[in-house]
Amino acid sequence: MIKQNVSGTVYGVILNDSASLQKIGALDAPPYKGAPKAPAMYIKPANTRVGSGATVTLPRGASTLEVGATLGLVIGRAAARLTVANALDAVCGVVLAADLSLPHASYYRPAIREKCFDASLPIGTVQPLLDLSALVLSTEIDSRLVDQRSLADLIRGPAQLLADVTEFMTLAQGDVLLVGVRYQAPLAGVGSRVRISAVGVGTLEFSIAAEKIAAKKVATESGVQA
Amino acid sequence: MKRGRIAYQGAIHEVTQAADRRVRLADGRLLNESEVDWLPPVVPGAIFALGLNYADHARELAFKPPEVPLVFLKGPNTLIGHCAQTRRPADATYMHYECELAVVIGKTAYRVAKEDAFALVAGYTVANDYAIRDYLENYYRPNLRVKNRDGCTPIGPWLVDRDDVPNPMALKLTTRVNDQVTQQGTTADMIFDIATLIEYLSSFMTLNPGDIILTGTPEGLADVKAGDVVETEIESVCNLINTIVDDRRFFAHSEKR
Repeated sequence: MIKQNVSGTVYGVILNDSASLQKIGALDAPPYKGAPKAPAMYIKPANTRVGSGATVTLPRGASTLEVGATLGLVIGRAAARLTVANALDAVCGVVLAADLSLPHASYYRPAIREKCFDASLPIGTVQPLLDLSALVLSTEIDSRLVDQRSLADLIRGPAQLLADVTEFMTLAQGDVLLVGVRYQAPLAGVGSRVRISAVGVGTLEFSIAAEKIAAKKVATESGVQA
Repeated sequence: MKRGRIAYQGAIHEVTQAADRRVRLADGRLLNESEVDWLPPVVPGAIFALGLNYADHARELAFKPPEVPLVFLKGPNTLIGHCAQTRRPADATYMHYECELAVVIGKTAYRVAKEDAFALVAGYTVANDYAIRDYLENYYRPNLRVKNRDGCTPIGPWLVDRDDVPNPMALKLTTRVNDQVTQQGTTADMIFDIATLIEYLSSFMTLNPGDIILTGTPEGLADVKAGDVVETEIESVCNLINTIVDDRRFFAHSEKR
């Protein structure tokens, strides 16, 4: 295993597989007014990251979460203006991730409330880069296989995705680029135990719990890092 | 107190503002502001930005004001310090500045009520959240290709302590391009004020020291071209200067060395 923690920013992309594009349907009408041209991206900030084995607390008012099984490309060095030919040289490993979201059918506006709640990104341990062209991600909820997806179905494969993203932004060492989540991914609710796995990349497990009645309110003193 | 971060003589220093346009290093050295390289005044955590948070600006863009805050996130690659250069790509036809009050979080907190919100604030700085509208697409809009470009969010130079800005909801914002005033407004016109934004964000996620909230911009957008010097200033906070450069200038050294 590569000793490389996910220390930077986690970026993700939507509508990067043909099954999702088919499911969302025609994109010519408002609000989209056309299929995406550049990678359609989002950010999972640091508060979202938890390790395998975590218990994720369902946000207040929610009854289910979308479980977006995905794979992260872990960046090993500063990467900008990559080409398809050299893009994977910047990748030092891969990591399984579950991008959790409150269900949202529209991709028009940034989904911060839906995608950035605490613990909404269970993420595994970094593994060495391997051939991703036909890697299959399996999602089990309460020991039942609910989804399998092959990275062969990606619109932009890992190298193309890295090239198109780094055309306008630099990825830093420790950043992660998630290769895509399904549109309307499988749902899980309170009490569910979720397991995501892929051959050669390991497994990632977490469970979902309801909020405890006594609302937590933390306000610890700590100086800002100026 | 006004605090900044600079690069000087091979090291990164935290500095404070001294008299006569000088900065003071922790060891007592005094340097002219003009002889240091400015870095963003805060090592950023999560960077939030607000779209359409001034009614006049929403009108300007032909949107009705949002009913919940329109928040998007930015990565640390976007930030650059005071007196730096920002690239205008050759294919851009409309690139505009956005003068914004940046609120820097100083404590870890979750589910903060409006009335407690300012206890979380470490201080304020100024950000210029450039947008290149040619790259707008309607997926998680404003999309990252518009708002997460390298160096497209100058910030600084100073982080001003919260208590030195007694009324952050009544500050004049001014943008000047080549000394001509092009944008004027007041933070009093925010649709969602600072306390509301902190309550909203912390209602579903933990805020941490170093997190930054860019609170949106009023009307007065204008295209900027290579060579333009753009000053974004907020009363009682600071004046942030940035220069637009074209691809040739930006990549000037990449061929020669």
